[in-house]
Amino acid sequence: MVARWGTAGHSPGVPSLCTAGRAVRRIVATLAILLGLAAPAAAQGGVQGEAIRALATTNFDELARAVERLALSGEPNALGIVEALRDGTLLFRQADRAVFWRDAQGRMRDAATGEVAEGVAPAALRPLRVNNRVRRAIDATIGALSLSNPDPRVRLAAAERVFRSRDPDAIPALDAQLARETEARVRHAMEAARAAAVLGSAMADDAKLAAVALIARRGDLEARNLLAGLAGVSEAVAQAAAAGVAAIDRRQAMLRIVQDIYYGISLGSVLLLAAIGLAVTFGTMGVINMAHGEMVMLGAYTTFVVQEAMRRNAPWLLDWSLAFAVPLAFLVSALAGALVERLIIRFLYGRPLETLLATFGLSLVLQQAVRTIFGPNNREVGNPSWMSGAFELGGVLVTWNRLWIIVFSMIVLFGLMLVLRRTAFGLAMRAVTQNRRMAGSMGIRTPWVDCMTFALGSGVAGLAGVALSQIDNVSPNLGQSYIIDSFMVVVFGGVGNLWGTLVAAMTLGIVNKLLEPIAGAVLGKIVVLLLLVLFIQRKPRGLFPLKGRAVES
Amino acid sequence: MAYRNAHPGRDHIMRLSRRSLLAGGAAMAAAGTLASPAILRAQAGPIRIGVLHSLSGTMAISETTLKDVMLMLVEEQNKKGGVLGRRIEPVVVDPASNWPLFAERARELISVQRVAAVFGCWTSVSRKSVLPVFEELNNILFYPVQYEGEESSKNIFYTGAAPNQQAIPAVDYLMTDENVQRWALLGTDYVYPRTTNRILDAYLKQKGVAADDILVNYTPFGHADWQSIVAQVKRFGSAGKKTAVVSTINGDANVPFYKELANQGIKATDIPVVAFSVGEEELAGIDTAPLVGHLAAWNYFMSVDTPINKEFISTWHGFIKNPRRVTNDPMEAHVIGFNMWIEAVKKAGTTEADPVIDALIGVAVPNLTGGISTMMPNHHITKPVLIGEVQADGQFSTVWQTPGTVVGDEWSDYLEGSKDLIADWRAPMRCGNFNVRAGRCGGG
Repeated sequence: MVARWGTAGHSPGVPSLCTAGRAVRRIVATLAILLGLAAPAAAQGGVQGEAIRALATTNFDELARAVERLALSGEPNALGIVEALRDGTLLFRQADRAVFWRDAQGRMRDAATGEVAEGVAPAALRPLRVNNRVRRAIDATIGALSLSNPDPRVRLAAAERVFRSRDPDAIPALDAQLARETEARVRHAMEAARAAAVLGSAMADDAKLAAVALIARRGDLEARNLLAGLAGVSEAVAQAAAAGVAAIDRRQAMLRIVQDIYYGISLGSVLLLAAIGLAVTFGTMGVINMAHGEMVMLGAYTTFVVQEAMRRNAPWLLDWSLAFAVPLAFLVSALAGALVERLIIRFLYGRPLETLLATFGLSLVLQQAVRTIFGPNNREVGNPSWMSGAFELGGVLVTWNRLWIIVFSMIVLFGLMLVLRRTAFGLAMRAVTQNRRMAGSMGIRTPWVDCMTFALGSGVAGLAGVALSQIDNVSPNLGQSYIIDSFMVVVFGGVGNLWGTLVAAMTLGIVNKLLEPIAGAVLGKIVVLLLLVLFIQRKPRGLFPLKGRAVES
Repeated sequence: MAYRNAHPGRDHIMRLSRRSLLAGGAAMAAAGTLASPAILRAQAGPIRIGVLHSLSGTMAISETTLKDVMLMLVEEQNKKGGVLGRRIEPVVVDPASNWPLFAERARELISVQRVAAVFGCWTSVSRKSVLPVFEELNNILFYPVQYEGEESSKNIFYTGAAPNQQAIPAVDYLMTDENVQRWALLGTDYVYPRTTNRILDAYLKQKGVAADDILVNYTPFGHADWQSIVAQVKRFGSAGKKTAVVSTINGDANVPFYKELANQGIKATDIPVVAFSVGEEELAGIDTAPLVGHLAAWNYFMSVDTPINKEFISTWHGFIKNPRRVTNDPMEAHVIGFNMWIEAVKKAGTTEADPVIDALIGVAVPNLTGGISTMMPNHHITKPVLIGEVQADGQFSTVWQTPGTVVGDEWSDYLEGSKDLIADWRAPMRCGNFNVRAGRCGGG
C-alpha cells in the first residue's frame, strides 16, 4: 500500500496527478475496508471506526493518507482526533490498532467514542509520530473541517489552510460557507481558497480562468507560487497564469525596494541603539571606550536575570518582563560605567592610547567574568508574545520584534536629547564638552559631570542590551560584535552630534541592506566599510561636524 | 577527578624540593628519587592519552562537552581495569579556540606528555593546524566532528561524518520524499560550508537540477540580521516548485536565523530547512516550538531508542551530575573512536603509534544507534545516516534512516580533481591520495 503517488497529494506541481491519486486512494481505501484487510477481528463500530483505526500505523505515507481519509469519513470526532495528532497526544495500541487520545487530565480516551477508556495500560500504547507530510495532511484536514467554525479567526485560518492544500474536496464546504459568510476578510480568503481548489480540480477552463484572475489579484508570493507551479492545464489557462505571474512580479519588484528600505531602517535602529551610548562617551567626552560593547552585554544579561527571576516567582508577568528589565539594565550598566570611570578612566583623560588599551583589557575582564558567572553557553531570553510574529502592511511583511526595536530606539534617542537639552545636568554636560575650563570657572564640578556622563552613556548601552537580547544571542561575546559598528556610526555621523548619529546609523543600515541582496552579506559589509573610509578621507569630521572655537583648539 | 591537568610532573617535583629542603640539601637523594618514578612510569605506569578541546573562547560552547565525555570514557574504562593491564590517564590541555595554539598544544602533548593518542579538535581549521604536527611526530588523532572531506592522513582517524554520510543522504531524502526541486544552500563563510556546498552543487546538477534552481548564499560568523536573507529565500521559494533550505550555518548565527524564519512565518511544511551543524546542544538555547518539522541530518540522535544508547545517556547523566544535559553526534563519535583505540591497542599489544595505526584498520565496535561501526582503510568509519525532525521538546524524531551503514568517502566523487583519488593506508599502498587514473600516489 506504500506507493509513491500518495505523496503527490500536496506537491504543488502536479494537480492532475493529485486528483487522480485521490480517486485511486479512495478506491483503495474502500477496497481495504471491504476486504477487511486492516480490520482486526475484534473491531467495534462500522466503517467510521475503521477510518480511525487506519491511523494506527508507524508508516508516514499510510498515516498521511489515513488523515485525509478521516476528513472525508464524516466521523464526528474527526477534527478533535486530527488536532490531537498534531499536538502529539494521540496514541495507539499495537495489538488491536485501537487509537486513544490523552486529555488534559492525562486520562486515556477512546478516540472513536470520546469515552474515558478504563484499564488501558500506558505501557502498551505508543504515541503516533508525524512528519512534515503528515503535518501537511493535518493542516489540510483541519482547514477543511473548520471552515464553518463560529469563530471568524478560525475560519480565516481554515481558509488559508485550504488555499495551501488546494483540495478540490473542500469546494462544496467552501461554497456552503461562502453563501452565508458575512465577515469580509474571511470571505475574501475563502474566495481565494476556492479559486486555488478549482485550479487543483478537473473543472472547466472558464472556471479556472476566473480562478487565475482572482489569485493573480491577491498579488503575494504564495499566489505567485501557485500560479507559477500550475501544470497540466490548457493553453489558455497557462497563458493567463503566466500573465498573472508577470503582474505579481511587477508588484513585488516595487514592494521589494520598500521592504529592503524597511529592513535597512530596522538594522539602522539596532546600530543606533548600539552607538548612541558611545556617542555620549566618545562623542562628548572623547573617551575611546572599547568596553562599550560589554556594557551592552551587561544590559542583555540583566534582561536574562530579570526573566529568570520572573519565570520562577511571577510567571504571569513574564510577558512584561522587558518593562522591568529596561530600568534595571539602565541602572546596572550605569553603575558599572560610573565605577569604571572612577577607578580607571579618570586617571587616563587626555591619553587616548592608554585609554584604548585599558578599556580593551577591561572588556576582556568583563567578558570572562560573565563567562565565569553564567557559563560559556548562550542564555535563552524569551520573546514576549507581543514581540513575536509578523503582520502585513500593504504587501510588506513587518515583524513585530523589529518594529518594537525601531520604536524603542527612537524613544531612547529622543529621551537622551531631552536630557541633554532640557535638564540642568544636560546643560552642565554640554558646557563641559564645549569648554571645560570655562565651565569649571563657572562653578560646575567637572569631575562629577564626567562621571555622570560616562554613567549615562553606559546606561544607554545597557538599554541597547535589552533590545539586542530580543534579536541576538545573549552570550559573553555579544558586545564584541557591535563595538566596531558602533564606532563606525559615531565617526561617520560626526563626533558629538546625536542627529548625526541618527542619520549615520540609518544611512549605514539602509546602504547595507540594499547592497546585501546584490553583493551578499560578506561583500556588502566590505563595500560599506570601503565607502566609509573614502567618505572619511573627504570629510574627516563626519557628516555633521561640531563647529566653533572650542572644537578648533 | 581522575586526571591531571597539563603539568603532571609538577606536584611531584615540588614535593621533592620540599623534602630535599628538610634533608638540608641532599641533592643526591633528590636526584635518585626523581629518576626512579620515571623508570617506573615507562614500565607499568598509566597510559596517557591527550584531550585537545577548547575550554575557553568561542568554541568552548561546543568543545567543553567533548572534553567531559572523554573523561567519562576513561573513567569507565579504568573501572574495567584499563587496557593492557595499565590505567589510562587523560591529559587535558586548553587550546583556547586559537588555531595556531592547537598545534603548539598538540606538540606539547606528544613530545612532553608522551601521550599514546590524542582525541580532539572541532573546526576543520584546527585540524589542519595540528595535522603536520601529528605527521611529523607520528602520533594518532581521533577527530570526532562532521567535516568537508577532501583529506586523509596516516595519523588521523576521522570518526565524524564525511559529506556522503550526511549532506548527500539528506538531499536525497528531500528529493525523493518531499519532492524538493529548488535548493537554497545557506552557509557561514568558511571552508566547511564552502566545500560542502561545492559538492552539493555538483551533485544536484548531476541529478538534473537547473542552475536557476540553486541559490547559494554565505554570511559571516555570528550573523545576526537575517531579515533580507530570509525574505530572499521566501521569494526564491515562490516559483511554483517545492523548495528547501540546506543549511551549513554554523554556531551562534543559527539562533537569530531560526527566530527570523519563525517570525516571517516560514513553516517546515512549506520550506523545510535541513541543517548539518544544528544538534541537540545547539537547540538547547532556542524555543523550538516554531521550528517543529525542520530537519537535521546526523549519524546519531539522543532520541534513538536502543538499549546501548539508554545506557550511555544514563552513564553520562551520572558522570556530569545533571539529568538535563543532552548528548549529541560528536559525543557518539568520541565513544566510537575511544572504543576503537582500546580494541586496536589490545590487538597490537602495545601503544606504539605504528602498530596501533595498522591495527585500527578493520576494528569494529558497536555504535549507539544499534549497529556496528568499522574503521575502513581510508581512516574513515562506517555509520548509519539519520534524518530527524525537530520536536517541541528540543529533541529530534528520526523520520528516515539508511538501511545499513555508509562508508565515509574521503575524496568526493562529485568534485573535479578529487573523484579519481582514493585513500588506502594498508600495506602495500599506504597512500592518502592515490590517483586511480594515473596509477600513482600523490594526488593529480
